[in-house]
Amino acid sequence: MLGFFEKIGDNFLYYLEQAGRMGVFLFNCLINAFKPPYKIGPIVRQIHFIGARSIFVIVFTGAFTGMVLALQGYYTLTKFGSEGFLGSAVALSLIRELGPVLASLMVIGRAGSAICAEIGIMRNSEQIDALECMAIDPHKYLMVPKFIAGVISVPLLTFVFDVVGIFGGYLVGVGLFGVNEGAFFNGMYSSVTWQDVHMGVVKSLIFGLLIIWISTSKGYFLHYERSGGFGAEGVSRNTTNAVVLSSVTILVWDYLLTAILL
Amino acid sequence: MEKDIRPAVIQLIDVEKSFKSQQVLKKVNLSILEGTTMVIVGASGQGKSVLLKHMLGLLKPDKGEVRVFGKDLAKISKKELKEVRQNYGVLFQNVALFDSMTVFDNVALPLRERTKASEKEIKANVDEKLSMMDLQGAGEKFPAQLSGGMQKRVGLARALVLNPKVVFFDEPTTGLDVSRSNEIYRLFYRTQQQLKYTAVIVSHDVPKIFKLADYVALVAKGQVQGCMSPEDFQLSDLSEIKTFVKETMGPIYSSEEEEMGFYETL
Ligand SMILES: Nc1ncnc2c1ncn2[C@@H]1O[C@H](COP(=O)(O)OP(=O)(O)OP(=O)(O)O)[C@@H](O)[C@H]1O
Ligand SMILES: [Mg+2]
Repeated sequence: MLGFFEKIGDNFLYYLEQAGRMGVFLFNCLINAFKPPYKIGPIVRQIHFIGARSIFVIVFTGAFTGMVLALQGYYTLTKFGSEGFLGSAVALSLIRELGPVLASLMVIGRAGSAICAEIGIMRNSEQIDALECMAIDPHKYLMVPKFIAGVISVPLLTFVFDVVGIFGGYLVGVGLFGVNEGAFFNGMYSSVTWQDVHMGVVKSLIFGLLIIWISTSKGYFLHYERSGGFGAEGVSRNTTNAVVLSSVTILVWDYLLTAILL
Repeated sequence: MEKDIRPAVIQLIDVEKSFKSQQVLKKVNLSILEGTTMVIVGASGQGKSVLLKHMLGLLKPDKGEVRVFGKDLAKISKKELKEVRQNYGVLFQNVALFDSMTVFDNVALPLRERTKASEKEIKANVDEKLSMMDLQGAGEKFPAQLSGGMQKRVGLARALVLNPKVVFFDEPTTGLDVSRSNEIYRLFYRTQQQLKYTAVIVSHDVPKIFKLADYVALVAKGQVQGCMSPEDFQLSDLSEIKTFVKETMGPIYSSEEEEMGFYETL
């Protein structure tokens, strides 16, 4: 019985410690982001990796999300004879909810996992120690460009996702089911408010930060993992954990942010 | 030998370190004096690399102090630690090159991140260091495309590129052929004469490495077993050192004059 409580206490302390470390890590990264020197090159390279190279996946998933929204929406709305609302239904779901969340999940799968693995391998092969011994702060040198690129890329990708999604919805709604084009767009214009766009932007900014925070810090603290984080298997297990943790965190924060911003 | 009055750059005072139940360092005391070369020897797995990592501030002692330039590494701020490390040049035992960067970028990194040198100056400096290490033409390769010995030499070039005040080399010549390692020793000798840096070298290349040493320390049984000049070391009466000397050098090395002035004549 005592063993059971000891275990719970142990777990609690372990996660508390991990959370504390990650908090300090985030603080260090944010402080360093504002400290000179500012180097553009590494940021551009990270935007290329996190942002530009995700565009294909984003366009693809965005288009199908919009299309399926129109499909489902049309089916439901015709029951009430109100297919005129199709445009606003598609646009609102994308801008407020699905755009930020799905774009973030795609970025986690593509870039978050890669970042976590990269940093984890650098930790394992003492490359991070080497940086520290050269008096180069790994927060500044490795993490800051990723953070900035994440905070820039995720909102832009979300924007692309929304636009392509609406276009996908248009193709299915107007092209396939013959919903009136004017009604589709007019409904959209009149129902989407600045507040909805604002919510989408705030969400995607925060998601961008969360993704990079979790993937970099999981990699950076690989050696504190309870399993030891050794070798190739340690990196792979850790990367899986980072992906799961980021995805869950995004969904939880999505709920929280919706509740706050609504 | 008269008492050395040079100030200590690094002092380890009663340092203890355990990993779980394994105690690796037991009350280690060691001083490294300014401008001298300290060679640390000892059997594999005795804690030489662990000792070095304490000096680098990568490991914190469970007990005791590690003082560098008079400052206790465990007590100073991150910023101060960074300032201390600006004087360091480090070669890790596993070299720890940045494996997704070319050799050139590896050596250039400290210059790019820590100095305001222009790309042209950087190129000149890096090319000079690479040719010093006999690595001309390898600049565009990635670490994984190099032989083990070449990686060591890239690591040395990277460690020396900012003309550090204190250098730490963990097995700098392991994996190098005899003539290459002789050449590296000659290079150490020359650069030490020029830059007057303080050096801590971990090596298994006994007795050759003794030619570079001002002091030799033996790590055994979790402790530093005496720290003395190489001449005294070879003639020491301490039982640990006696066994070590006998096993590594054998009787052939009993005559000291044999290779005196080796590096001067080369
Ligand atoms: N991070 C660590 N966790 C657990 N044990 C460690 C760790 N680092 C070193 N050790 C242990 O400390 C002891 C000393 O290791 P160290 O690497 O210092 O040996 P060494 O003297 O450098 O040997 P070699 O000449 O082979 O390089 C070994 O028994 C090793 O298993
Ligand atoms: Mg070692």
